[in-house]
Amino acid sequence: NPYAGLVSHLRASWLSGKTRPMEYRVAQLEALGRFLDDKKQEILEATELDMGKPSFEAFFSEILLCKNELNITLNNLCHWMKDEHVDKNLVMQLDSAFIRKDPYGVVLIIAPWNYPIHLFLVPLIGAIAAGNCAIIKPSEISKNTERLIAETLSCYLDNDCFAVVTGGVPETTRLLENKFDYIFFTGSPPVGRIVMTAAAKHLTPVTLELGGKNPCYVSDTCDVTNVARRVVWGRFFNAGQTCIAPDYLLCTVEMQDKLMPALREAITEFFGPNPRESPDFGRIVSDKQFRRIRALLASGRVAIGGQTDEAERYIAPTVLADVLPSDPAMQEEIFGPILPIVVIANMDEAIDFINARPRPLAVYAFSCDSKVVNQVLERTSSGGFCGNDTLMHVTLTSLPFGGIGNSGLGKYHGKFTFDTFSHHRGCLHRNMGLETLNTPRYPPYTQQKLGFLTTTFEVKRRGTCTLL
Amino acid sequence: MEGMQQIVGRARAAFNSGRSRPLEFRIQQLKALERMVQEKEKDILAALKADLNKCGHNAYSHEILGVLGELALTMEKLPSWAAPQPVKKNLLTMRDEAYIGYEPLGVVLVIGAWNYPFVLVMQPLIGAIAAGNAVVVKPSEVSENTARLVAELLPQYLDKDLYPVVTGGVPETTELLTRRFDHILYTGNTTVGKIVMAAAAKHLTPVTLELGGKSPCYIDKDCDLAVACRRITWGKYMNCGQTCIAPDYILCDPSIQSKVVENIKATLKEFYGEDVKSSPDYERIINKRHFNRVKSLLEGKKIAHGGETDEASCFIAPTILTDVSPESKVMEEEIFGPVLPIVTVKSVEEAIEFINRREKPLALYVFSNNKQLIKRVISETSSGGVTGNDVIMHFFLSTLPFGGVGHSGMGAYHGRYSFETFSHRRACLIKDLKMESTNKMRYPPGSQKKV
Repeated sequence: NPYAGLVSHLRASWLSGKTRPMEYRVAQLEALGRFLDDKKQEILEATELDMGKPSFEAFFSEILLCKNELNITLNNLCHWMKDEHVDKNLVMQLDSAFIRKDPYGVVLIIAPWNYPIHLFLVPLIGAIAAGNCAIIKPSEISKNTERLIAETLSCYLDNDCFAVVTGGVPETTRLLENKFDYIFFTGSPPVGRIVMTAAAKHLTPVTLELGGKNPCYVSDTCDVTNVARRVVWGRFFNAGQTCIAPDYLLCTVEMQDKLMPALREAITEFFGPNPRESPDFGRIVSDKQFRRIRALLASGRVAIGGQTDEAERYIAPTVLADVLPSDPAMQEEIFGPILPIVVIANMDEAIDFINARPRPLAVYAFSCDSKVVNQVLERTSSGGFCGNDTLMHVTLTSLPFGGIGNSGLGKYHGKFTFDTFSHHRGCLHRNMGLETLNTPRYPPYTQQKLGFLTTTFEVKRRGTCTLL
Repeated sequence: MEGMQQIVGRARAAFNSGRSRPLEFRIQQLKALERMVQEKEKDILAALKADLNKCGHNAYSHEILGVLGELALTMEKLPSWAAPQPVKKNLLTMRDEAYIGYEPLGVVLVIGAWNYPFVLVMQPLIGAIAAGNAVVVKPSEVSENTARLVAELLPQYLDKDLYPVVTGGVPETTELLTRRFDHILYTGNTTVGKIVMAAAAKHLTPVTLELGGKSPCYIDKDCDLAVACRRITWGKYMNCGQTCIAPDYILCDPSIQSKVVENIKATLKEFYGEDVKSSPDYERIINKRHFNRVKSLLEGKKIAHGGETDEASCFIAPTILTDVSPESKVMEEEIFGPVLPIVTVKSVEEAIEFINRREKPLALYVFSNNKQLIKRVISETSSGGVTGNDVIMHFFLSTLPFGGVGHSGMGAYHGRYSFETFSHRRACLIKDLKMESTNKMRYPPGSQKKV
């Protein structure tokens, strides 16, 4: 077991208790902030090398959003760490009842390649804030960023408590043989299953942030220009390599016709007449992914874009019209700059279409009619939902971010990350005196004792529910 | 018995029909459950007596009272629990609607245990119904009378398709676990907990595992020993020690060991009289297999009190072992029986170290007049839950999450936590299709100004 030494080193640090004081956690979090400031340029360069990430995007997702999470955590840590006192029942009025936020111990964070800094750093913020030690396993596919993290993070964080492990599938498999106290995984559903199965051997709790095909319903009553811009933004951000990107569009054939020129215009407005030359449009991360996505173009008909260049791993912002449910683009999560449009007759058909498929990370619905938006919301199930926009619900840290069913389990962002990495321990601190009050619970049992217990322990229903 | 596929399939179809979602329906089903418990109280008590020789008082106070309380609490609070929760917005979302919606997960599986066979299926069931799910209930076959009763009663009071009861043993449970569920709540032991989680992993099903372990009980020299021992005696020997949060073993200074034994002996006499076997208030071990398991823990041990057994009635007397070695068999696994080992430690540091060298327990108990000492033991150890200066009681406060950590489990329930365990918290952001100008900043072409 090649990682046993590392894991036990971290476990020894954990047992020493050094990660528990608030001052320590704050110091480590502030160091992460310095990492983001000092290495900003290197981060922008590495992600550009890895997937042609436009610096605007990299700054927004890898620096700005991460700093927001850091600041929210630093601003609130003291409050989050406090014991939470709870309401007491009659019998416990003189006792102290509270929930402690205990760290788990040594946690493992496995990050993917598409937002390679953000997707290890934001979980790490919560793990540190909650008082844990952590091993970070960045993705080997975004290899420039992997190298940056492996080489520089150790200059900022306490190496006795935080370590970076690099490598591919074989290394991750060996790493997962070790016992961790929590595993946070972001990636695909098949690998999610492997991670959870490995975790089951040690009864390690997990958060799995997975993916799926996020549907985007566009109703007939909508502002076509605005819809097109918001959808184009969400779909082609990071060249489509976003777990919450709108994966496919559902609309009527009339709306498809109306949308097409608006989509074309938005793409031109954002990326110019030749997106290949735009500094604001990314590239596909690897040859394997490029070939996979390119094969999906054989779906429906190419209405916008469709050009590819293998040497550059460039796939143009593409819209496919009249795509059928049986087409290749509808068989897997696209994770690329292709937007298929599937024509349906009406909202009910769209909802049925969505519900016939595995539950996605996000559902999007566009309509000027708020009743339509609410119908789609209420009649579908997904990790999260955004009406009349794409992606934006994950930038609000007071909302939990996570999946359901195939798209994942658990949630994070903001306080939810802190809570994810804490064990909420119910504590009751009783009075040693007043022992006579306990008499009804002791044998020998009598009807009288039972009657007394019933009276003191019983929760009576207060009036009837106004709904009935 | 019908195939698992049909039963689960029918539950899923019933869930997909949407009828378990309206609050009125959920409350109506909970009300029916309440009627069931009230009307069939005699039958429930009789089943518990047949399974565990549980006397009426214990059965009522441990299993029925708690269920009625949870039902009343849930019916009262459900509208507020289920209401969408608006969240704090940022500058960009000021004009939008942002909230967390509580939605049912779908079809959930509740697997009960045999030691508190009624409450351990009912409490999860209440939370699962309240959250709007369909629920497949699998009571433990080991407590066969209660399992049979639950299988008979539930269809008489609840929607038959939405809340089926599946009975059977290991083969039936194994087959059930191959089906896809949207959450599984399992109460039982660590070994089977791993099997349940591995099965759940195939479908990416979230799990709540209420397992067990050896819950330590540290008695400080500075404490009212008579009171402490009374409370410990109550918690240890109730249900004949077959309680997941029973104080499993005692840690104390050698100088107070004999006083502890004396006090427990005196309390036992007070509780059960001179002849424990004839006390109507003392339970029995559930079956021969567990009887033999617990009995074998006594081999070669220094028995300070008790030790009598009677295989025919699965009786094991309340027993205390002294000067127990940490390496002995009785200190290896959860005892789950009326045997209380005392391990001596010379300081609270030693006690803390002892506890931390072992798997994280479901409960931790510490008795002391010194508040600081109690705080210290709690903060330097980890456990599912804690009661200071008493045992068991944290279980009875529904505002506290009840669950384990590490080998003692994952997830928690009771009260509102049951509702949340069986719900999906869906993040919702509803924007306006107008006000596009504020979005311009985020669109390409990117420029320094925009950044």
